[in-house]
Amino acid sequence: MSASRRPIRLALADRGIDGVTLLVLPAALFVVLLFIHPFLYGLLLSFTPKEGGWLGNYTRFFSDPYMYGTIWLTLRIALPVTLLNIALSVPVAMQVRHMKHQRLLTTILVLPITLGTVLVAEGLLNYLGPQGWLNRTLMLVGLIDRPIRLVHNYWGVFISLMITGFPFTFLLTLSMISGIDPALEQAAATLGARARHRFRHIVLPLVLPGLAVTFCLAFVDAFSVFPSAMMLGAPAGETRVISFAAAQAAFEQYDYSYASAIAMIMAAVQFGFVGLVLMARGLFYTGPADGGKG
Amino acid sequence: MAIASAGFRELRLDGMSRNFGTLNALKDISLTLRRGEFIALLGPSGCGKSTALNCLAGLLSLSGGAIWLDEKRIDTLKPEERGFGMVFQNYALFPHMNVRRNVGFGLQMSGVSRPEIERRVDEALNVVRLASQGHKLPGQLSGGQQQRVAIARAIAVEPPLVLMDEPLSNLDAKLRLEMRAEIRRIHRLLGSATIYVTHDQDEALSLADRIVVLRDGEVRQVGTPQELYRRPLHADVAEFMGFRNALPGRLVRREGEEAEVDCGFAGLIRGQAVDVAGERVLVAIRASDLVPLPDGPINAEVTGLEYRGEAYYGTASEPAGAELFFRTEMPLAVGAPVRLGAPAERTLVYAAGGVG
Repeated sequence: MSASRRPIRLALADRGIDGVTLLVLPAALFVVLLFIHPFLYGLLLSFTPKEGGWLGNYTRFFSDPYMYGTIWLTLRIALPVTLLNIALSVPVAMQVRHMKHQRLLTTILVLPITLGTVLVAEGLLNYLGPQGWLNRTLMLVGLIDRPIRLVHNYWGVFISLMITGFPFTFLLTLSMISGIDPALEQAAATLGARARHRFRHIVLPLVLPGLAVTFCLAFVDAFSVFPSAMMLGAPAGETRVISFAAAQAAFEQYDYSYASAIAMIMAAVQFGFVGLVLMARGLFYTGPADGGKG
Repeated sequence: MAIASAGFRELRLDGMSRNFGTLNALKDISLTLRRGEFIALLGPSGCGKSTALNCLAGLLSLSGGAIWLDEKRIDTLKPEERGFGMVFQNYALFPHMNVRRNVGFGLQMSGVSRPEIERRVDEALNVVRLASQGHKLPGQLSGGQQQRVAIARAIAVEPPLVLMDEPLSNLDAKLRLEMRAEIRRIHRLLGSATIYVTHDQDEALSLADRIVVLRDGEVRQVGTPQELYRRPLHADVAEFMGFRNALPGRLVRREGEEAEVDCGFAGLIRGQAVDVAGERVLVAIRASDLVPLPDGPINAEVTGLEYRGEAYYGTASEPAGAELFFRTEMPLAVGAPVRLGAPAERTLVYAAGGVG
């Protein structure tokens, strides 16, 4: 081998490829096998309907109000839940970041994440039901005469999604808000900015890009709601979410092709919202949130 | 020049104290600052100087005492109600705002009209010589430029008092000297009263009208740079002001300020008694004043030598073990014997036993 030729190993190392790169392989394989392959398989499957042309499933979906209505019904739950969770997370995180017993509080707030959706749904069924503690307490203190309906309708799903979604939103928001150098707000205060203005001009612009990402993650999660819509909602009526429609097509009508098409539509709606939000995110400052050279 | 400091006659700290739990970070600080005065709070890290500055800015509340601006008590006001300008150690520039918006932020918050903000931002940027960089984000500027923006932002609101928290500590040596001159120039130009926190005695000496030396949360000495340099009142202040040689000894004779001390060396050391009570004393001499003399009272052996351009600075050890820091024009061999001495008027004698 001539001395002037560089070994391939060195050339690859220059591009950041070396033995350690091989560690990516198992994860890459995992993604290909469990995500890309099923996705492509489902995409192709959706174009081979039981009847009609290759777009038959899609025309069928969009010509049936009972089917395309599920998009709206799902959005009607997922969007307010996501936005409200973010709106709640921000002020709570603003307070928690200065607290001494932050870890304890964070643990309590994050606990629901460890319980899983089904357990939370079961608990809420008992707690919010007509004979549940909440209704009985409210009746006992005389605030209401008859139990209010909080399960097997829109609000049951709404509350359950709030509870399971909040810890996730909160943790992301807390880490972003804690990442803002406290000296920035102090500087703003010495320049005459009151708490409201400090939030509006300093904190909010610096966390907005992060909140956009949080929105995307939380929204995708809420949009694919299934267990709580089944258990706490009215799956035949006002909480007939799109994932339920897909499940019906697959496991009641055994029409996997149609179910795949519904899943693809679901993905398209999610991608659409995520894309819009990420595009809007590009309009904001997205650099580091510290006040200068360290 | 339209940017000027808003007027006040005096700022008075009256027994200002601050505790963190059981730690007394500031103990009963009393100090009066006159209009236009430049005061440096000087002390080692942990002496409470930054705490004092944060108390003045309103970022920390007082545990005791009061702060008065003329007849108005201000320590109960929130930082946004005090209207002081502050320059932070890490500059704390708003990373999402360009330079102009950073500088104009304080004016915007106080409801100044848009054209007036533009005019005053122009002026503040001219003062710090950054007029051409107005549309850059802080992250696109060098450390020195960021520092200038931080100063422009603090002075744009024309504050009665500017607070600076070790503003030069993040800059390299050359830039530090340049910015020191800039800060002095801006202070002369605007005449705003300034409190400047630093641990660097050179910065304090070159910038301040008066220096306040803090240690363990207490004021140890207040004086002009000249007073502090020539005649620190306590041994610990002397050590901090660069008297590297601190030699324990026994006072053998004293007449007024003249003192003679037996440090166990070949001869007696003659010096000025500054703060003496009792026999046991500490002799403080700057390394630059301790030089080889044919009849010097100290017999020692050279242990190291370092060339610093204008002279050599060396270390020597004396038979009893004391380490000495001295200056010499001519190089000396390591291991060579040397006789050292210092002029009596620049040899200061303090009571031994540290803080007294």
